[in-house]
Amino acid sequence: MQAKRTIFPNKLLPYLLLAPQLAVTLVFFIWPAAQAVKSSFEREDPFGFRTTFIWFENYQRLFADPGYVNALWVTGVFAISVTLFSMSLSLVLAVAVNRVLRTNRIYTTLLVWPYAVAPVVVGILWWFMFNPTIGIAPYLLRGLGIGWNHRVNGEQAMLLVIIAASWKQISYNFLFFVAGLQSVPQSLSEAAAIDGAGPMKRFWTIIFPLLSPTSFFLLIVNINYAMFDTFGIIDATTSGGPGQATNILVYKVYADGFLGLNIGSSAAQSVVLMLIVIALTVVQFRYVERRVQY
Amino acid sequence: MVRLSLAALTIALTSTTAFAQTEISWWHAMDAELGQKLEAIAQGFNESQDEFVVVPTYKGGYAETLTAAIAAFRANEQPAIVQVFEVGTGTMMAAEGAVYPVYQLMTDNDQPWDPSAFLEPVTGYYSDTEGNILSMPFNSSTPIMYYNKDVFEAAGLDPETPPRTWAELEEMSRTIMEAGAAPCGFTTGWVSWVQLENLSAIHDQPYGTLENGFGGLGTEFTFNGEVQTQHWENLKAWADEGLFQYGGPVGGADAPPKFYAGECAMYMNSSASRAGVIANATDFEVGFAPLPYYDDAIAEPKNSIIGGATLWVLNGKDEAVYDGVAQFFTYLSSPEVQAEWHQATGYLPITNAAYELGQEQGYYGENPGSEVAIEQITRGEPSANSKGIRFGNLTQVRTVIDEEFEALLAGNKTAQEALDAAVERGNQILRDFEAANS
Repeated sequence: MQAKRTIFPNKLLPYLLLAPQLAVTLVFFIWPAAQAVKSSFEREDPFGFRTTFIWFENYQRLFADPGYVNALWVTGVFAISVTLFSMSLSLVLAVAVNRVLRTNRIYTTLLVWPYAVAPVVVGILWWFMFNPTIGIAPYLLRGLGIGWNHRVNGEQAMLLVIIAASWKQISYNFLFFVAGLQSVPQSLSEAAAIDGAGPMKRFWTIIFPLLSPTSFFLLIVNINYAMFDTFGIIDATTSGGPGQATNILVYKVYADGFLGLNIGSSAAQSVVLMLIVIALTVVQFRYVERRVQY
Repeated sequence: MVRLSLAALTIALTSTTAFAQTEISWWHAMDAELGQKLEAIAQGFNESQDEFVVVPTYKGGYAETLTAAIAAFRANEQPAIVQVFEVGTGTMMAAEGAVYPVYQLMTDNDQPWDPSAFLEPVTGYYSDTEGNILSMPFNSSTPIMYYNKDVFEAAGLDPETPPRTWAELEEMSRTIMEAGAAPCGFTTGWVSWVQLENLSAIHDQPYGTLENGFGGLGTEFTFNGEVQTQHWENLKAWADEGLFQYGGPVGGADAPPKFYAGECAMYMNSSASRAGVIANATDFEVGFAPLPYYDDAIAEPKNSIIGGATLWVLNGKDEAVYDGVAQFFTYLSSPEVQAEWHQATGYLPITNAAYELGQEQGYYGENPGSEVAIEQITRGEPSANSKGIRFGNLTQVRTVIDEEFEALLAGNKTAQEALDAAVERGNQILRDFEAANS
């Protein structure tokens, strides 16, 4: 079949039609991004009276700063943990719901609820439950002989934000996994069952590989989520503390730029983040979209 | 219903009359009860004359308000008045082109201006090296100690005798815990402000070189001295023993509930926490006391230093607006307005006249403990070390101090290591500030 081509006789019209989209991209993406790149090469007082062009000094200092190296490390631990934790748990839930025939709609509805909660509210909820002074969880844990104080203990703080961030993301992953599971043809599974494969074997050799497009898509989405959308949770639950134990890159941009008024360093950090997003997007389009077998 | 529609009508009427008036925008960081009180002051001024109308706007916390004002200034949308907390003082002072110094504003607009009318610790903190006051003192506080009299009684201690020194505080905390009167001795808000900045001032220890930063930009921190290190070492030991519980970084959000719930018997925080303490400590009696000190380090403790905020006037507005700002400041510092603000909030009375008015009204006699803060901040002769501190980027430095304190509590560092690291990192922040402002 021959592809149809629409021909615009007017040379101006296509540009006019594209203009709104281009304007939005220009104003809301290109311009601020260019500003950030410009600021990252400058040193400036907060009010903008004195601006000095300092080449790469902001970047050099950034990577020489143990606090930034720590933030990179913390972000890595956080993003990987949240991704693994929320994806594996939602896969288990999705498989379970897929087996229940009669009430699966109710389960699905209930499991989707956390996704509707705003990140800051999630942070407050978990902050409240695990508050060392007034929270119910530390009280119960004390009964088990575990002292909980994420205000001092960095590992507990990390654990808390991982749980909070994963909890919020489980709904999203769950929905995609349920959809993915429902598109796996029942006949393949049944054929394997006739050949004598048990439920575990059927899952790992047939269903799981067929879910790979969904899984790869979710992997990228989850890493993105953990790295960039968890600001509200971190801010409300731990504020990056104690002692920078939960200071992820996005939070550090905010803390240094908005609270510390160090615009140059903050801009340099956001440029680094921008590069990470670009890298992730490239991976998604080049690798995931093309190589994963559907 | 009738009252509601009446209120709506009044608002409608006042806003129509306000049409011809010069508007003065005032960005502030006071929420809840404090915010209402602040709005009442603005309303009081608006009703006292019909030329100007002050419009207060809540902009979030102190740090957010400062950031918002700076961003607005860069976009030429700045308010006439902005409330900036004391740690932002260094930043504002360095921004000479952005600020209309208040002493100049008052003389330019023929308003009465007498720096000696203000409390000395307040003026000292907000003056430049020539002694000119750059921003309008508004809400200044100083940390004091609150204690639970019922717990003291249950532990067999005299509820009218709070600990005077840290040694007594340690002893009493232990007694309280051993008697089972409370599970914790004491907690604190604002570790950086109370347990380091004020600790240094009270014990006459330098916080930084060049008169604690008053002398200019080329300063270095010196808060890793013997007294401070000993104190942090003690705090760590007390935390391990359970006598002291940490309330969290920055303001210490977990500290007040610990005190309100009767978990910790004593609680150190701003004098402006008074309103909250009284509102929340419903099932026990509260006592007020000065901060404890080490009697082996200093025989007569020096004055504590202030916190809170002042009002800065920003450049770039019409002359008419500044005329209104100057008149508003005169209203604001009148003894009646100040005394009411001070008594309702626990902030210090910023003028001597407001303090005297409170004494005449018999306020301090009727409200025991309300005078503790003002007595503590005005005691003795202020030294170079107790005049206050002034450093650029102090918000960041305080974050560093919190982080190092948490490292100490987690057992990752000794007190000496934590304070040395805080000094080193703090100095780096000062050099950044210096480089950006020179």
